[in-house]
Amino acid sequence: MLTLTGIAKTFHTGGADAVTALDGVSLNVEKGDFITLIGSNGAGKSTLLNCLAGVFPPDAGTIVLDGTDITALPEYARAGFLGRVFQDPLQGTCASLSIEQNMALAALRGKRRGLSRGVDPRDRDRFRQALASLSLGLEDRLNARVRLLSGGQRQALTMLMATLVRPEVLLLDEHTAALDPKTATHILELTARLVETQRLTTLMVTHNMNQAIRLGNRLIMMHRGRIILDVAGREKQNLTVEALLRRFAALRAPDGPNGPDGQDGLDGADDMTDKMLLA
Amino acid sequence: MTYYAFIGAVEQGFVYGLMVLGVYLTFRVLDFPDLTVDGSLPLGAAVSAVAVSAGVDPYLSLLFAFAAGFAAGTVTGILNTKLGILHLLASILTMIALYSVIIRIMGRPNLTLLGKPTVLDAVTGLGLAPHAAGPLLYGVLAVAAGWALVWYLSTRFGQATLATGDNPRMITALGVNTHTTIILGVGLANALTAVSGALVAQNQGAADVNMGVGTIVAGLASVIIGETLVGKGQGGLGRAVVAALAGSVAYRLAIAVALDLRIGELSVTPSDLNLITALVVVLALTAPTVRAKIAGRRC
Repeated sequence: MLTLTGIAKTFHTGGADAVTALDGVSLNVEKGDFITLIGSNGAGKSTLLNCLAGVFPPDAGTIVLDGTDITALPEYARAGFLGRVFQDPLQGTCASLSIEQNMALAALRGKRRGLSRGVDPRDRDRFRQALASLSLGLEDRLNARVRLLSGGQRQALTMLMATLVRPEVLLLDEHTAALDPKTATHILELTARLVETQRLTTLMVTHNMNQAIRLGNRLIMMHRGRIILDVAGREKQNLTVEALLRRFAALRAPDGPNGPDGQDGLDGADDMTDKMLLA
Repeated sequence: MTYYAFIGAVEQGFVYGLMVLGVYLTFRVLDFPDLTVDGSLPLGAAVSAVAVSAGVDPYLSLLFAFAAGFAAGTVTGILNTKLGILHLLASILTMIALYSVIIRIMGRPNLTLLGKPTVLDAVTGLGLAPHAAGPLLYGVLAVAAGWALVWYLSTRFGQATLATGDNPRMITALGVNTHTTIILGVGLANALTAVSGALVAQNQGAADVNMGVGTIVAGLASVIIGETLVGKGQGGLGRAVVAALAGSVAYRLAIAVALDLRIGELSVTPSDLNLITALVVVLALTAPTVRAKIAGRRC
């Protein structure tokens, strides 16, 4: 349903500090796939998600969604079929607007915005119901400014807003990384529930290997702008963190022990194992 | 201050109030410091003066001024969004260009309107004394413009405009082209400013290419004074707009008081007002930081 072919992206092209973030990534996402995406810093996970979202165009390659080539579509024009949640909980909502105003903005994702009332009173019940499902008591605070909410509450609200209009694809970019462990667990449960009930096709970037193994039906590992591991179904269910680390070490061995880019953060199997073991 | 000076200041507060609403829209809502207003105020004055001189109804001339100001604002918006020029610089470029445009429109640097009909005629025609008619008419116009601005910002498109200034990344992800909200928002702000300029010209009986100097600073000072007086943030849009208009009136009153001031040999002249206004804005902008520092030192 979503097909990426040969996506390449280099930042600071031509300069001494040129960074190849994506090096010919091809990926076929089936309808209903819940893919978890892991890899060390600079592996290209977030760049891939941003290319999908249209934040910047890829240098090469095509993105086809349901038979339509969307490679050249600007970011705002893709919003109709993409739901997005960012790492920073402050990025997904408008602090100076109320909860209901934020939800009304999200209820019009990808639709024309004319001069009718910003918040349709008939929508309030729908908003209240959706908020009640969070069990955070936000359903009684429709007029509260989002500024007053905690990071976790804001991220929960963002999850709700991203799925208020059912997206063709849900993009989650380390959306629990900035939260405390308890809140992160809550947001992950919410994610699993929303994906399950709406049967959403989902791509979730994470630094946490346990999360990546536990959630979703398919796991992809990236390294230096390439997909180096893609497992699904039973094979994924049987994965363990140790097995994943072993496979990673084995797969990157052909690269040679010392890459040419030892200092720019693209390398670092040590970094990666540390980070992932810690996570 | 005499009664007439007081009434005059209130009247000016309302006349310039439309410009202050425009500055509120760019500076506070869109987070877009827009210097175009220094040019769109005399632009509105010039368009209206030329139109009235040619026999156009004074009220209809306001519409022409609105359109001209809107066009000027969209130029700044397009320079910023489509051509990627820094907002501040984009607005300075439009402002500079408007100087030439205004002289082209009037055919000379200034145009007198003495003896020509003005928007006030319709009210004085009802038998109202001129000194009461001014504040009344301009007050009604300013409140109507404020109400219209609140309505605009409460619509679906207006809410997207608010979100553009607050969190452009989020509103883009929700499918809004922020170029459109910025271009139309800056256009509307300058349309309001141009109407303000048209009213100033009719009120003073002349349009002058240099009458816009310092408009942005006066607008900022008014917005900030209003927020201090009425409070900002909590009360929503209605309160913010009331604050802008109240700030405009308070600013003109403060100027009237300052002009009456006499310290020994020294008295404040109109040419000192730019310095005073700039100081007021600097003080208001830095007050929160300074206050926080003082509070921090105490504990």
